[in-house]
Amino acid sequence: MFAPARQKTDSLPVWARNLVWLAPLALTALVGCATRNDLYVLLPGKDGKTGALTVESEGKKQTLDTPYAAARVKNVGSVDGVKSSEAEVKQDFGPALEAQPKRPVSFFLYFLADTDEFAPESKALVNQIFAEIARRPAPEIAIIGHTDRVGAQAYNDTLSLRRAERCRDELLKLRIPKVRISVAGRGEREPEVPTADEVAEPRNRRVEISVR
Amino acid sequence: MRSALIALTLPMVLAFGVAVAAAQDAGQIKTSKGSAQIERSGQKLPANVGQVVQQGDIVTTGADGSVGITFRDSSLVSIGPDSVLAIDRFVFDSTTHQGAFDASLKQGTLAVVSGKLAKQSPEAMKVKTPAAILGVRGTEFLVRTGPAKD
Repeated sequence: MFAPARQKTDSLPVWARNLVWLAPLALTALVGCATRNDLYVLLPGKDGKTGALTVESEGKKQTLDTPYAAARVKNVGSVDGVKSSEAEVKQDFGPALEAQPKRPVSFFLYFLADTDEFAPESKALVNQIFAEIARRPAPEIAIIGHTDRVGAQAYNDTLSLRRAERCRDELLKLRIPKVRISVAGRGEREPEVPTADEVAEPRNRRVEISVR
Repeated sequence: MRSALIALTLPMVLAFGVAVAAAQDAGQIKTSKGSAQIERSGQKLPANVGQVVQQGDIVTTGADGSVGITFRDSSLVSIGPDSVLAIDRFVFDSTTHQGAFDASLKQGTLAVVSGKLAKQSPEAMKVKTPAAILGVRGTEFLVRTGPAKD
């Protein structure tokens, strides 16, 4: 059954069979000169924290975890750790950096315990939110509800979503400029003030309005 | 009893349908300069400010072009001139922040500020180039990929 395939291989002329063996040699010869112009750079975070980036090419790997740590890939399968700088980055990546969208800005509205009623101090924030919306191209708002840790997670998921929806309805009543609005409930997963379970904490009963 | 069950489940099914439709939007274009396009299922669309970006889209720029996109998880992704970026996968659960963001830069330059997906789980965001795979453990980085110049 497999005979025809084998016959086909055998029927290749000798020069063609040799070519198969020569191909890796040819590749090795190429390694001397660069085939790629790849550069990967980790930037310092705007929030002061620098993250980390792994760069992997055919099993070779570098971890970048300091500001302006960089990796060059001149050939697939080689990763050279190098150092870039603010000036070099501007030169190499100027237009891509200039095209970066504005960073999202978050506003927080607070709620009375176990309700979707605003705490009074939150009402003044709305004008600031509208001003931020007006500053942005194609603005969107993501309305994200949070709870404290009193109650079960599923209950808090529902409560946080209800708070977010309440916020959306209030904003819509105020004739918010036409923008895309999304609503989400994060429940008790992202407390502003970490607490033990079942602890009432007003600062965690909040809705985040992310303008982006 | 049964009708009560149907009355309960029907709105849930409908709500789910709406959520799935909305989930196709991965992000939105916030900046656009020069020649820039989105390729979606074989069609070319202008990459204008306000245009929605979806999973499967390929964003391309010409010699004078650049595009900046804000994704639903608040990742900020921008490309410079002569660039080709494919949005291979974008899944984001806005309650749990779980999901996946896979993108491929085929050529050109890319700037990324990672968002909630990478913050929730370090494996969630991956960027590929023809020469390398990047694992994103958060925040800001730059990528340039292309053949060596003579």
